[in-house]
Amino acid sequence: MIQFERVSKRYPNGREALTHVSFHLASGEMAFLTGRSGAGKSTVLKLVALLERPTRGTVTVNGKSTGSLKARHIPAFRRQIGVVFQDHKLLVDRPVFDNVALPLVVAGAPLKEVDKRVRAALDQVGLLGKERMLPAELSVGEQQRVGIARAVVSKPPLIIADEPTGNLDPDLALEVMRLFRRFSDVGVTVLVATHDQHLVHELAKREIVLASGEIQDDGADSLPHVVATR
Amino acid sequence: MSLSVFGTRHVQALLGSFGRLARNPLATALTLLVIGLALALPAALDLFVSNAQVATGGFGQAVDMSVYLKTGVPLAQARQLAADARARPGIARATLIPAQEGLKEFRKYSGFGAALDALPSNPLPDVLHVVPRASASSAADLESLRRYFTAWPEVDVVQLDTQWVLRFNAILAVLRRLAVIAAALLGAGVLAVVGNTIRLEILNRRAEIEVTKLVGGSNAFVRRPFLYTGLLYGVGGAVLAWVILEAAVLILDPSVITLAQLYGSRFALQGPSRQVLGALFGGGMGLGWAGAWISAHRHLRSIEPRA
Repeated sequence: MIQFERVSKRYPNGREALTHVSFHLASGEMAFLTGRSGAGKSTVLKLVALLERPTRGTVTVNGKSTGSLKARHIPAFRRQIGVVFQDHKLLVDRPVFDNVALPLVVAGAPLKEVDKRVRAALDQVGLLGKERMLPAELSVGEQQRVGIARAVVSKPPLIIADEPTGNLDPDLALEVMRLFRRFSDVGVTVLVATHDQHLVHELAKREIVLASGEIQDDGADSLPHVVATR
Repeated sequence: MSLSVFGTRHVQALLGSFGRLARNPLATALTLLVIGLALALPAALDLFVSNAQVATGGFGQAVDMSVYLKTGVPLAQARQLAADARARPGIARATLIPAQEGLKEFRKYSGFGAALDALPSNPLPDVLHVVPRASASSAADLESLRRYFTAWPEVDVVQLDTQWVLRFNAILAVLRRLAVIAAALLGAGVLAVVGNTIRLEILNRRAEIEVTKLVGGSNAFVRRPFLYTGLLYGVGGAVLAWVILEAAVLILDPSVITLAQLYGSRFALQGPSRQVLGALFGGGMGLGWAGAWISAHRHLRSIEPRA
């Protein structure tokens, strides 16, 4: 589903965020992307969501190389990826329903379908009944779950999340991570960037460790750390 | 994408744009006022010219001259002169209005009957009313015709009745051209006003645009509500311009009717024609859409999602 081949990324300001990064995430697999702040976690996710293009090397997502994708094909490309942000990027002046419905609306789904799937997605994250509320009326944890509902509402084959539990207390954080694991259980590929080692161990999934823009531990061949530590 | 989904998306975008405008009534009203005035001004100028043409229409097209004979020329000689004139090529009609008939006519139409009665004798001369053929109505033709009549010893004065009409028509032509220039300049103004308003709207909704693009919204999808906003500004401005024009006609009409009656005319102001309204709405919508498109094209491109 995600294939990085000797990918380097240098930002216009000259900072080299990634150096020769290669890894492969199979379809239906779930992995954590860990490392200190500035290790390059966010850059990896940006390259996957095509918010950035690689300076060198190739990034292939769902069979498509992002380096050569034409601008007019980017919207369709992004529709197959559900993205969750630490600051959830909700539209503050729109109710929960509209926020979650956005990916379906831009894809041109029929209204009946939109209604059905938004409710299903809100049900999955435990927010059914709060469709008409504004994001500001929700707790931080609920806002984060609205962001997750928006990421999964169009049933994308790939979900990526950047520090989705950064603002949450440990219990809520674990709950959110279990949500991701449930999506993974039904065949969705999930890549979560986090620095929360506790959660990584708790979930018992593959861990890709980045350090100073390089892969320190690919985590692909070895068994998940959790098995060894438990 | 099915046709109904396509239609639904457009209706949604249109309603969304309408809702946004309605939620900011003051800002929307000010923008509409600027656009409405910009559209109304050239249309008003055009309306003035059209009405002036209708008001003078009865004799605006026909070119004719009055040949005043000296008093004391015998009627038989005057008849002979009229016959000679008729025989000349380039003349369509030459009608003799003898002094007696002229007096009757004058008494009937001028309203100075009482004043005429006070005069000891008929002050009017015999008049030859000459209408040249349309093919011989150029300024040079008229001048040679005038000289021809002036050369007769029986002729006192030759008056080109229509000279003022020609001048008036020339003034109207200038005004009409002025209306075109005003329309072009003010149209550019509308383009700029709509473009700038849309630019501010885009900047205001930057976060929303970023998120929309992030979840796979195409440029066309992001642009659509702004184009509809521009279109609505154009329609609203055209409606306002129409109201302004009709109101101006309504206010002016009584005094124009009074003025026309003083000239013995039943003329009344005419409101904007279908063509003018068509131009108003077509121009307003076209400019609104174009202004929005230019602005959206320039500014939406630069807004890309950042994580």
